Amino acid sequence: MQPKVVFEKVNKVFERRGADLEVLANIDLSVAPGEFVCLLGPSGCGKSTLLNISGGFEQPTSGRVLIDGEPVQGPNPRRVFVFQEYGIFPWASVWDNVALGLRHLSKDEQHTIVAQVIDLVGLTGFESTYPQELSGGMKQRVEVARALAVDPDVIFMDEPFGALDSLTRLSLRSELIRIWRKSGKTILFVTHDVDESIQLAQRIVVFSDRPGSIKEIIPVPLEHPRDLGSPEYGQIKNHLYDLLGVSHKV
Amino acid sequence: MSYWPLFLSLIAIGVVAAARWQSARQQSVLLPLAISCLVVVLWELACRWTQTRVFPTPGQTWLGLLELIESNRLWGDIAASLFRVTWGFILAVAVGIPLGLVVGWSTRTFRALNPIIQGLRPISPIAWIPIAILWFGIGDGAGIFLIFLSSFFPITVGTMAAVRNISLVHQRSALNFGLSGLELFRRVVLPAALPQIITSLRIALGVAWLVIVAAEMVGMDSGLGYLINDARNAGSRYDLVVATMLVIGAIGIVLDFLIRRLERFDEVRWGYAER
Repeated sequence: MQPKVVFEKVNKVFERRGADLEVLANIDLSVAPGEFVCLLGPSGCGKSTLLNISGGFEQPTSGRVLIDGEPVQGPNPRRVFVFQEYGIFPWASVWDNVALGLRHLSKDEQHTIVAQVIDLVGLTGFESTYPQELSGGMKQRVEVARALAVDPDVIFMDEPFGALDSLTRLSLRSELIRIWRKSGKTILFVTHDVDESIQLAQRIVVFSDRPGSIKEIIPVPLEHPRDLGSPEYGQIKNHLYDLLGVSHKV
Repeated sequence: MSYWPLFLSLIAIGVVAAARWQSARQQSVLLPLAISCLVVVLWELACRWTQTRVFPTPGQTWLGLLELIESNRLWGDIAASLFRVTWGFILAVAVGIPLGLVVGWSTRTFRALNPIIQGLRPISPIAWIPIAILWFGIGDGAGIFLIFLSSFFPITVGTMAAVRNISLVHQRSALNFGLSGLELFRRVVLPAALPQIITSLRIALGVAWLVIVAAEMVGMDSGLGYLINDARNAGSRYDLVVATMLVIGAIGIVLDFLIRRLERFDEVRWGYAER
């Protein structure tokens, strides 16, 4: 089977005040269609930059990203980004936000799809509400609905739940898993939260400190719904803490 | 010598002193009213102590205002000033907002045009009066041109700044969902900039109302500015001068109130802090 997303020797160097800042070093990675992969690492390790490169918002200094065997040229509605700091438009209603990527369809078709994805993320009844009146968790649901509406192949999520409280995060994670299993999308999910990565991913790609390189790729062979108290969960967590150089005790 | 300033100031001080027992709504009406009364009292007392014969007392000003209203002259001058401001402002909006959107969005256009805009902007519209009269003669044309100039720069610069402030995630969202051309402007650039554009409209209208009075004092033969000049020249009628000034202030408040209604729409409310 052809991989969905392939990173080939991706390097990224930023120039800051004349000095070169190496952000990513030789990233090689291959993601299968329908796979859920978490990119885990400390802040500033370049994992978000890698996601921006795969989304087409930034160019690698060297190397390339292939999606379905084609090099990424720029942003594309087939591959949708979900941002941490609310990419939905505050000037448009929930309905208009979700319909953003469906402009080429007839009103009837738009109506069917929008109603369907709004239902999928549990926002039925809020169609004419403006984002300002929604909680942070609901805003992120709108953004997920907007992404799902265009039926993309790949969804890139850049710490999408980072700004939410821990209880909302937990419930949105299980929602995301439910939606992922139903839709079969390929998801690349950036996070610095160890628990989040174990709860979500089939594979966790652990990054080193800057310049970010892949330290290890850890499979998570647990079935959903995952038991957060199980010994396997604890073992993976301990291993991740070791890799990231974090103490096990507070 | 009457004692009304004493009574009025006692009532006003009483209202201010009782402020803590008033609801928020009562406060926002009663307190400014009380302070205005105190200002009127101070004005009256200043006139009495200095025994001025030139500067009008509040009472004389009030009579002057009634005289202006009865003579029917006031309405014509108000209409003349508002006519110039309205057309000049509408033209500035029609040119300034589209120009600001394009210059703000396209970095190359910004590089090309921004220095020229910034270079023309500090030139006071008043400095343009001789040229306005040269081009358009004494009359509405010159007034509309000057108002256009004085609103155009705040609107264009405000719109440019608003567009350049559009957050990176919103720009990227637009690109991600394949928006381009007119659709990009209609769905993202304009609505994202709109709250700040409305603020710049407010500033521009305020400036326009300042400039029209000055312009009418120098180079026109009607309007509220002309009325002030005429009242002074025709026998030092300072009661009419001050009455006209108060009318100018009142119309300024109404104009600002009207333009602030724009901030209430659902599409722009997100852009203003809750107050």
